[in-house]
Amino acid sequence: MTEVSMTVNGSAVSAKIEDRTLLVDFLRDHLKLTGTHVGCDTSQCGACLVHVNGQAMKSCTMLALSAGGTRVTTIEGVAGDDLHPMQKAFNDNHGLQCGFCTPGMVMSGIDMVTRYKAEGKTLDEAAIRHELEGNICRCTGYHNIVKSIQEAAGKM
Amino acid sequence: MYETTYHKAGNVAEAASLLAAAEDGQLLAGGQTLIPTMKARLAAPSDLVDISGASDMRGITVNVSAVTIGAMMTHAEVAANADLFAICPALSNLAARIGDPAVRNRGTLGGSLANNDPAADYPAAMLSLDATVVTNTREIAADAFFTGLFETALAEGEIITGVSFTAPGKAAYQKFPNPASRYAMCGVFVSVGPSGPRVAVTGAGADGVFRATEIETALQAKLDPHAIDKVSLDAKAMLSDLHGDGAYRANLVKVMTKRAVAALD
Ligand SMILES: Cc1cc2nc3c(=O)[nH]c(=O)nc-3n(C[C@H](O)[C@H](O)[C@H](O)COP(=O)(O)OP(=O)(O)OC[C@H]3O[C@@H](n4cnc5c(N)ncnc54)[C@H](O)[C@@H]3O)c2cc1C
Ligand code: FES
Ligand code: FES
Repeated sequence: MTEVSMTVNGSAVSAKIEDRTLLVDFLRDHLKLTGTHVGCDTSQCGACLVHVNGQAMKSCTMLALSAGGTRVTTIEGVAGDDLHPMQKAFNDNHGLQCGFCTPGMVMSGIDMVTRYKAEGKTLDEAAIRHELEGNICRCTGYHNIVKSIQEAAGKM
Repeated sequence: MYETTYHKAGNVAEAASLLAAAEDGQLLAGGQTLIPTMKARLAAPSDLVDISGASDMRGITVNVSAVTIGAMMTHAEVAANADLFAICPALSNLAARIGDPAVRNRGTLGGSLANNDPAADYPAAMLSLDATVVTNTREIAADAFFTGLFETALAEGEIITGVSFTAPGKAAYQKFPNPASRYAMCGVFVSVGPSGPRVAVTGAGADGVFRATEIETALQAKLDPHAIDKVSLDAKAMLSDLHGDGAYRANLVKVMTKRAVAALD
């Protein structure tokens, strides 16, 4: 057991955990932040995507101890008083069906829009589809997810 | 995942002594291969030595045409480096197409080379660029580093600290990704330096990454996609699996080589 501390959604947290604890299990089981999902065992689906020091990472493929000292943002941390523009766009464009992949999709969408803005690049439909390579959805067929991200990009 | 004991190393020397002290220790770089392997219980190291904070394994330097890249540089950092892009855009573009954005934010050059997955992208680049793999104890030429499927010349406890190579006049990488995994079904890196063309192939060889010497000879005679029309590759030397048989991959090597030669930059 080892003590780990980090900042999650703006709050300082610390706990004694088994060394093998994955970041996603720390978030879900210790902090009860169950918005971050686990959709696979193979690091391929992106349902567990969170931001670590502002970068998109798969929380199922990282030890909680490796995230010690970092700032982690999960789906629970993106909205203010109102929904985040990315969440609102998913709502408005029917960007989800069962919703299982949605937390990862929203975190991935926010990451790509922020990154493309910072680099001054255009996030067109082809770019969104390329950037979504690490997020799998079994329901929607992706069209409305792409539309949602495109709409949010104009509002962020 | 089996139990393990976690350590953080601040530099290469610390990592080496932590590894030496461990019963059955393993380095943890980006974890994009090792963590899924441990989750599947296919690896059970007694100790993990996390080198993500090792400050002396980072950085990219470009001095005229001499390039060095630290082992802990992530795929995203390699892809985004402007100095590297200016002198060897083929390598930047390769890094930008490994896996997906989240994998690129954690996966590292050193981890990819140490793992030597037969479908990984970086091994083809290092072999084609005639790179030197630098470790904590010695320097190993890429030609001698990759020794088979998931096998390298690394000794027990040896740590890759970085790579160095001379940027070629021209280079290009063409990857035919598996539509599901995005790993290469076949990836061909062609570089043309002072000693002529070097062509390295990943994803297709039965023994992992290899140099296509027949193709190099043909391109030496004429640097043109059609120069390799008559080259025939042995289908038996190729990987054969449910994604494609040996003959299919042998043909794919030629197709991707032609595309790479046409794209030389
Ligand atoms: C969904 C997904 C898609 C991917 N797609 C691709 C792809 O298209 N192309 C591709 O090439 N790769 C792909 N990868 C693999 C990815 O590039 C990995 O990051 C890489 O193979 C391993 O790097 P790492 O830093 O994550 O290493 P780790 O997983 O941390 O380590 C891998 C192995 O290398 C050892 N090691 C690590 N660093 C060193 C070092 N400096 N010296 C000695 N040994 C070391 C470790 O002990 C371990 O045995 C993909 C991975 C995932 C999860
Ligand atoms: S749960 Fe992390 S990638 Fe699927
Ligand atoms: S909405 Fe069901 S998996 Fe995407």
